[in-house]
Amino acid sequence: MKAGTERVKRGMAEMQKGGVIMDVVNAEQAKIAEDAGAVAVMALERVPSDIRAAGGVARMADPKIVEEVMNAVTIPVMAKTRIGHIVEARMLEAMGVDYIDESEVLTPADEEYHLFKKDYTVPFVCGCRDLGEATRRIGEGASMLRTKGEPGTGNIVEAVRHIRKVNAQVRKVVAMDIDELMTEAKLLGAPYELLLEIKELGRLPVVNFAAGGIATPADAALMMQLGADGVFVGSGIFKSDNPAKFAKAIVEATTHYQDYELIANISKGLGIPMKGMEISSLAPEARMQDRGW
Amino acid sequence: MVKIGVLGLQGAIREHIWAIEASGAEGVIVKRPEQLNEIDGLIIPGGESTAIRRLIDKYRFMDGLKKFAADGKPMFGTCAGLILLANDLVGYDEPHIGVMDVKVERNSFGRQRESFEADIDISGVADNFSAVFIRAPHIVEAGENVEVLAKHNNRIVAARDGQFLGCSFHPELTDDYRFMNYFVKMVEQSKRKNFA
Repeated sequence: MKAGTERVKRGMAEMQKGGVIMDVVNAEQAKIAEDAGAVAVMALERVPSDIRAAGGVARMADPKIVEEVMNAVTIPVMAKTRIGHIVEARMLEAMGVDYIDESEVLTPADEEYHLFKKDYTVPFVCGCRDLGEATRRIGEGASMLRTKGEPGTGNIVEAVRHIRKVNAQVRKVVAMDIDELMTEAKLLGAPYELLLEIKELGRLPVVNFAAGGIATPADAALMMQLGADGVFVGSGIFKSDNPAKFAKAIVEATTHYQDYELIANISKGLGIPMKGMEISSLAPEARMQDRGW
Repeated sequence: MVKIGVLGLQGAIREHIWAIEASGAEGVIVKRPEQLNEIDGLIIPGGESTAIRRLIDKYRFMDGLKKFAADGKPMFGTCAGLILLANDLVGYDEPHIGVMDVKVERNSFGRQRESFEADIDISGVADNFSAVFIRAPHIVEAGENVEVLAKHNNRIVAARDGQFLGCSFHPELTDDYRFMNYFVKMVEQSKRKNFA
């Protein structure tokens, strides 16, 4: 009997497929998310748009908030650690959090190195913008990926860019001649063995969700259509007019992402989504996606 | 060839389809209740049982699923699927589909960090079967007509109640198709009986 094996850690993410993982900041929001049909919740001190507004250093949430959320719901609970912060990650593992997000939404603790995630019993999810970043994270032991998008903006454009890029690069690797693979590994900064595995499988070896800017049911369905295995919704739910309604509608649109009549129906009279931001209005240091490498 | 559906609302759907096809049957993803009329057997996959339940209600699957069971057609639930099939759940007043005579406890091995894999023997199906348990439930009590197929640390983790098959673990996460072969045979036998 073995705990924390690669199969157990990656398998947990497989069970989340086709689902929506929602950011929550307290027990009450966690219950709304669970009732709406979320497959997991991400326990945070603030949602990304509030992190942006607050400025300063964003750290792991107060363990009390994480514990409160864990006690409130029966679905899995995820929590974020700063990139490279070994102790925050170990604290979350010790608390029994089900999945850790080594996240660019928080201020990085280490600008050079990500965590060596193979060492942990708890599985990790990490952000990526392209296949090089995706495979480096898998190489360190991430059991699940999510494209980064630009968190807290309510603007889908970066999320679209990243999921398209990762999937186009996967298709290229799958189709390319094996003679060309080592050079592709060099160009992407990707571990060669992982590219070989992707080529053999015809896909990424772990689940890849989309994140960073999803604000409406149509946004969620768009990400599914572009090949995401599921979606993370951060500020999009609890910064909207009617969180419970938005949460349910986003879950349904994710399940039935090709049923346009249904998505039109559930989008009727939903109220106002979170206010979005134009990406070009962000100062370079405010771009969360550029954190990590 | 028999046609086996996988309830396609949320969870590890494509892995079951691969396993069905590797076992010599046709696999179909079931996203709408009317598709239940076209299939000979149904798998309810692993995923989040609360999320799947909400989508079952939203898309009016419940009556169709109960009728599918009443028609005597085989159903196989893995992990969340077992929770949805059970007729009694520890800590809940009401079951979900409630057709299999077992009492099930959710997340009974603990949280994700306690999730594990272990080699188990499934009686009459497979020895040394590599079983992956993820935030898994287990069968606390099995009805008198239920055949216990496997135990791990004295807990029932696989059982058959006539047309219903259920397990705590995820056979779809490995490429060992022996348990799926067993279910495909159940479906083939049930189809022959309905034609006879």
